[in-house]
Parts: sequence; C-alpha cells; structure tokens
Amino acid sequence: MTTTDVTTAAGRGTVRRLAGTLHRRPRLRLTLLLTAPLLWLAVLYLGSLAVLFVSAFWTTDSFTSEVVKVWSTDNFHELVTTPVFRQVVLRSVGVALAVTALCTLIAFPVAFWTARVARPKLRPLLVVAILTPLWASYLVKVYAWRLILSQGGLADWMLAPFGLSGPGFGLPATVLTLTYLWLPYMILPVHTALEQLPANLLDASADLGARAGRTFRSVVLPMVLPSVAAGSVFTFSLSLGDYITVQIVGGKTQLIGNLVYSNIELNLPMAAALGTVPVAVIVLYLLAIRRTGALNSL
Amino acid sequence: MEGIAVRLVDLRKSFGETTAVAGVDLEIRDGEFFSMLGPSGSGKTTVLRLVAGFESPDRGRIELAGRDVTRLAPFERDVHTVFQDYALFPHMTVEQNVAYGLKVRKVPKAERLVRARKALAEVRLEGHGQRRPAQLSGGQRQRVALARALVGRPRVLLLDEPLGALDLKLREQMQVELKAIQREVGITFVLVTHDQEEALTMSDRIAVFDQGRTAQVGTPAEIYERPATAFVASFVGTSNLLGGETAHRITGAPGTYNIRPEKIHVLKETAGADEPDHATATGTVAEVVYLGDATRFLVDLDGGGRLTALQQNLQTSSEDVAAYRGTRVRLRWHRRHAVRLPS
Repeated sequence: MTTTDVTTAAGRGTVRRLAGTLHRRPRLRLTLLLTAPLLWLAVLYLGSLAVLFVSAFWTTDSFTSEVVKVWSTDNFHELVTTPVFRQVVLRSVGVALAVTALCTLIAFPVAFWTARVARPKLRPLLVVAILTPLWASYLVKVYAWRLILSQGGLADWMLAPFGLSGPGFGLPATVLTLTYLWLPYMILPVHTALEQLPANLLDASADLGARAGRTFRSVVLPMVLPSVAAGSVFTFSLSLGDYITVQIVGGKTQLIGNLVYSNIELNLPMAAALGTVPVAVIVLYLLAIRRTGALNSL
Repeated sequence: MEGIAVRLVDLRKSFGETTAVAGVDLEIRDGEFFSMLGPSGSGKTTVLRLVAGFESPDRGRIELAGRDVTRLAPFERDVHTVFQDYALFPHMTVEQNVAYGLKVRKVPKAERLVRARKALAEVRLEGHGQRRPAQLSGGQRQRVALARALVGRPRVLLLDEPLGALDLKLREQMQVELKAIQREVGITFVLVTHDQEEALTMSDRIAVFDQGRTAQVGTPAEIYERPATAFVASFVGTSNLLGGETAHRITGAPGTYNIRPEKIHVLKETAGADEPDHATATGTVAEVVYLGDATRFLVDLDGGGRLTALQQNLQTSSEDVAAYRGTRVRLRWHRRHAVRLPS
C-alpha cells in the first residue's frame, strides 16, 4: 500500500516536472507538437505531389509498359498538341465552372432562407438537413442519380406531362449530379456569412433609400462574396478531380480524371502529366480567388 | 405657426405577448431637438424604429410633415437614422459610406463626392474619406454615421442612443458638437436615450417614456422642475419623495411631494425662525457622501421618511463633511420647490 502511494506520488512528480519544463521551454513544446504533422505534410503529402510531378517527365517502354526513367518533356508536349487532350481539359474546367455557378445560384436562396427567413429555432435543424447527404456514400448517391436519369426513370416520368424528357446520360447529367454532390459545400459558407450579416446594415441601407435589390447588390453581395469564393474552392476542385460520377452518369463523356485513370496501367508517366493539369488549374484558381480576399476568411 | 415634423397618433406595437408601445401621441416640431427618454424596455426605441419604418405599428398613425407614412417602407420616408452601433458598411470607405444614400438616389457622381466631402467636413472628419470604418475610433465612426445620415438632408434625423458606446469624456464633447451641428443644419433631430443628463443638456423638448407610454412631454426645465409623475421625478434627476403623515405635517396638505436635492438647505437644528414661504423639517444625518464638487446628505426625518439634500462644497472639504454623520440638522426649502405628484 505504502509502496504504491510512493510510486504514484513519484510518477506524479515526474509528470509535473515534465509539464514544468515544457511550460518554461516553448520551443521544445512547439517541436514536440508539430514534428509529426509537419513530417506528414512534407514527406507524404508534398512528397507524393513531387513524385507525381517528376514521374510526369519519365516515359514508358511501348512494348512492356515499363516505366523508363529517362528525362523527357514528351508527355507535356503530347498533352498540349493532341486536340483530344486539350478538349478534355477545357471540358473539365467548363464542367467545374458550371457546377460552381449552379451551386452558387442554388445556394443563395437556400442559405438566405436557412440563415434569415426561417424561425431561429428551426435553423440548426435546417443546416443539419443540408449536411445530411454528406453522410451517405458517394457511390450510392451517384447511382441514385443514375436511376433518376435513366430512360423511363424519375426525370423522364416527371417531365413527360410537359412533353419533355430527362437529359439522359451525358455532360448535362454529369453537371447536374456533381452540383447535387457538392452543393452543401457551397450552402454552408454562404449560410454562415448571411447569418453573421448584421441586420442593422440592411436597415441602414433601406433607411438611406435603397430598395431590396439595391441592398442586395451593394451590401449583401459584397459582404457574402468572400464566402461564395471560399465555397467555390470546394465545388470547383472537387468537380475538377472527379472521374467516377462521369463514368456512371456521363455516358461517353470523358474528363481529365478518366484520362488519368485509363492511363495509369499502361502509361503511368502520361497519367502523371495529365494529373498535374488539375493541380495547375486549381493553383491558378486559388491565385484568382486570393485577389477577392476570400482565403483570409477561410 | 411652426410646422409639425412628426406626428404620432395612438401608436401601438406588440411583439408577441410583450407590449412595446401602448398608445403614444406625440407632436415633434420642425427644427426641434427632441429627445425620447426612458429606461430600457420603455418603448422609446420601438417608437423610433416605427418612425424610421423598420417596424410597422399594430395600430395608430405616423405622419411626416403632414403626410401619412404609416404603411410606407423605410426607403420611401424622408427620414435617416444614426444607429446605436453605427451600422457602417464595412466593405466601403468612409466616403463611399457617406455617399451611399446619394448614390442610391442617383445623384451624379461629381456632386456626390462634393456633398460627401462637405458632410465629412461638417462632422470634422476632413481627410478621412479614404479610410475604412474599421480603421477609425469609436468617436470617428459615430461622426461618419452622422455624416452619412445628414448628407441627404432628410426632413427628420433619428438618433438611436448615438453616444451610448463612447466613453464619458468623448460623450460630453459629442453632446456639445451634436447640438451645434443640429443648430447649423436646422434639421429636426429625434434622439433616443436612457441618459437623463444627455437629454437635459441637448434637447429643446423631452418626452419621458414609461411602460410604452409618454409619462410627460416638456422642456428640460419643465421635466426637471415640475415632474408630472413619481416615475418622471425618479427617472430624471434624483427622486426625493416626501409622502404620508410627514408630508401632511410639513406642507399642511396631504399628498406626495417631490423636492430636488439641491433645493434643500442643510442648517443647524437651532437655525433661525421659519420664513412663511419656506418649509422646514428636522432630522438626523444618516449618511454623508462626498462627491468632490458637492456633498450629498441623507437625512432621516423625525416624522419618518428620508430626504436627500445636495450642498455645493463652497467652503467645506471632505474632512469637514464627514463630521456631519449622526448630527441633528434642520432642512429648509422654498414651498414652490415641493412639487405635488398625482397619487
């Protein structure tokens, strides 16, 4: 009994001493805290990106599909000169932009409702409802859309009374499905921004003679824009990297992701070269976004 | 005859179960500095928001310069507001903030700039036009809000506790400036405040609000010297109520009376004979509070009740006044300073 007491007391003493040492040496504390995550970031995350970039400059043996570690810019040359590649890159960026635009258009009224119109007690529930789809499996949701958009499916059935039919599988279906998938990532930041918008500013604008439209353009929009930009980083980059949705509902449509995927087995360096394209596009996008000041509020 | 800038007729507004405004009738004259004074929850801010158009009344009528605006939107009323927390647009520069109302009203850009600069000069903020609101101090932001509301030359300017967020020194300085600006521009100012001193120093007339109604409307002197109810007496200045048997004995008539502390003289108990138009009461000093420029005596009267008397420290110092505690004194005041309150 006495022995255990002594041991625990001594143990406690060591912990206290250690805590004291850490308290007095902030640098040591920081080192212990950050070494592991920084290693992860530097070695695994940036490292793999570097490997991707480097391997894009290698080539493959055309018979064996073995990677040949010979330095060459052939892959990038092919990427720029082949019309199909150029088309696919443009199409992918177009899809990402279209999804982002659609998400923004839908998110505004929804977020305005959840943040300012709905009863305050209801608001957290509505936010949860918006986030619920994120808990479901990506594949299940995309296959659900496949069912909706298939011939004689829900879309066809609902549009039939108007003499119309659903979009079928293809590019529009891809944009539609991706919009559905990434919408919560846009609604959430817009909701937060609208919720934090002081009501007094809206009153002040009306007080100074502005109608609702003017107040929206001159006060609400500029103040919410950084959040839209933040949300668009998600919708844009997630759309640009997607290759599964387009396989399931895209028909014959090909995006960058599909080209990467189809080249992985046969021509890894080409796949790597293709893979650097979305990275480059997103870096450019982020640079453009940074000018709006949106990244400061992330 | 002077015009009426704002007329409120039987104005009522409830929020759910709570009645915020319970029937207010009010006439505010053109060019007047008018204050709505009351504790929080007395309905003064709601009346202001009703006049601005941010809320619509359950009943009653609001007229601006003779025109019924009860059902009009804020942007259809010739009224601008200075908000309690200023409500400056954070993404705009000071100049853009001030010019916003003009821009909305489609004033040409060149004229807009000239007028915005002039408005900033009026509130002594020349050269600050290119800053953002976040880069300004509280007092400066307050003045930007004022310039933004003044630049469109509204018929009526509403001010919702405009000085509430400022520290004491700045507040006193702004009180003087606000009054000076109002005199310069000649616009009707309607000020909402819970600070009785602020209302007394700046206003031409004051409406004292109590539980959603106006308890009294009058000049600062009328409100202070002749409070209409016990509530007004206690809210504006220090309440000093004399009631019951004691009041009857001293004044010769029953009722409740209010006497302002500075009107009461503290004398030795043995002091000379009563003058006919004065009333006196004897008592024991219960507490002495030294205030620097003055001393407050709390005196327990022999017939029951307690009166507060305020004496300027013209000769005395803090050591002297402390010695008064527990001593017998005679209080004397002029009979016309004992104001009878309705029971």
